[in-house]
Amino acid sequence: MSHVALRGVTRVYPARAGQGEVHALGPVDLDLARGEFFAVVGPSGCGKSTLLDVIAGLFPATAGEVKFENTLVKGQVPPGIGVVFQEDATFPWLNVHDNIAFGLRQAGAGATDVAAQVGYALEFMGLKDFARAYPAQLSGGMRQRVCIARTLVLKPRLILLDEPFGALDQQTRLLMGDELLRLWRETGATILLITHSLDEATMLADRVGVMSARPGRFLDVIATGWPRGRDSTIVANESFGRITSRIWTLLRGESIRALGRA
Amino acid sequence: MSKTGLARLGVLLFLLLLLETLCRLGVIPSFTVIAPSAMAESLARILASGRFAADIGATLTNVGIAIAASSVAGVVFGTTLHGFAAARRVLDPLFATYYAVPMYAFYPLLIVIFGLGDLPQVAIGFLLAVMAVVINTLNGLDRVPAVLAKTARVHRLGPLRTALQVRLPCAAPYVFTGFKLAVAYSFIGVIGAEFITSSRGIGYEISFAYNNFDNAVMYAMILFILVLVIAVNMSLHVWEKRLLARRRRA
Repeated sequence: MSHVALRGVTRVYPARAGQGEVHALGPVDLDLARGEFFAVVGPSGCGKSTLLDVIAGLFPATAGEVKFENTLVKGQVPPGIGVVFQEDATFPWLNVHDNIAFGLRQAGAGATDVAAQVGYALEFMGLKDFARAYPAQLSGGMRQRVCIARTLVLKPRLILLDEPFGALDQQTRLLMGDELLRLWRETGATILLITHSLDEATMLADRVGVMSARPGRFLDVIATGWPRGRDSTIVANESFGRITSRIWTLLRGESIRALGRA
Repeated sequence: MSKTGLARLGVLLFLLLLLETLCRLGVIPSFTVIAPSAMAESLARILASGRFAADIGATLTNVGIAIAASSVAGVVFGTTLHGFAAARRVLDPLFATYYAVPMYAFYPLLIVIFGLGDLPQVAIGFLLAVMAVVINTLNGLDRVPAVLAKTARVHRLGPLRTALQVRLPCAAPYVFTGFKLAVAYSFIGVIGAEFITSSRGIGYEISFAYNNFDNAVMYAMILFILVLVIAVNMSLHVWEKRLLARRRRA
């Protein structure tokens, strides 16, 4: 049984003033196995983020259905799903500790539990020395780590990441990728990562879904075959370039199409 | 104290000394303005005697009620309205022209509605202050990044908890500006209204002293209001700076 199952998922944005309706996504079929690391790549504006929003239950599918742990996702984000966005989603009025504790407190966790969970997350994400700092005092990479930690403490079984390292430099991205792999191994969560970086997708994922230009559909799903204990040094593997090249071959024409439309 | 602060204090002291000198030399006659030292002396005497304690108490109570009521009503109304885009579109032009309305013109109507007690003064203070809070609350809520609203949904917060735990804290610097204006407008509204028909309060006592050529009392009470309003605003300013310091990039 799939951990996450999408059947004929389509998203059409209704017409607005001066613009007709926009068919953004689908139909898309996808099955994610429990504990799998799945990456999605595609041209700009192909509906990658829309796909994530629909899986999370942030927006409904116009047609088709999404099931998480065999339950229909409808109306709201189901318990057990965590989302990390590309934009800085830290709460500027809370310090790092309270940012991470936010979801636990909302869920009614006791003070002892909050202290233990947040303490572990601070340690795990290398934020221990910054517990009392405010987001404004942190770098972009550290703020993103706070967001990941805030998601992590809720022990999600499915983590959706929407280009979480998009605003970071290449070196920081590689290091954050390592941290993400470590988090994935230790939590056993299923991860769906949206990214526009082909290297990042190839390095991190068990499978990479390649999407077409809008309306986004999966052109192919490529298995990387990496061992579970991998890290960023996998970029030196002889297969790495071959896999990335295969993804780019699929994407090139779609990206030109997307550019032409823009 | 910073160089700017010292310069500011220097300018203030220079103006006070200038006024003191001009008054003492008779360039400015005492039936027009009394010397600042005489104002301070008169104020100290008044405060020590407790002569106007009831008036000061009444004014501060009415101002406090106007501030509290306008702050609560402004935030509640602003937050509710923010959720109704169509209603907002209808009301926005009215908000823009709100301060073109001379509120004191409604004083007779307010007396008819609320009677001759303190409520008309409070109502004027409230009416002047509330729109500043509404407008600033809306302004702040407009600037809450969409990703934070999405994050609230990921945490499965309902509309009320999203407003209280995410939207309003995020908009706090703007809401705080609204509160600061509410404090200023409440003082203006209440004390201004006391000038018109009230039978007690600081505004009434200033008006009474003016009508009786009692410059010692009139300027002492004006000085009292000035010191009070400046002290309140400076405290709010310090508080606001602390609030903003957390959000400013290092």
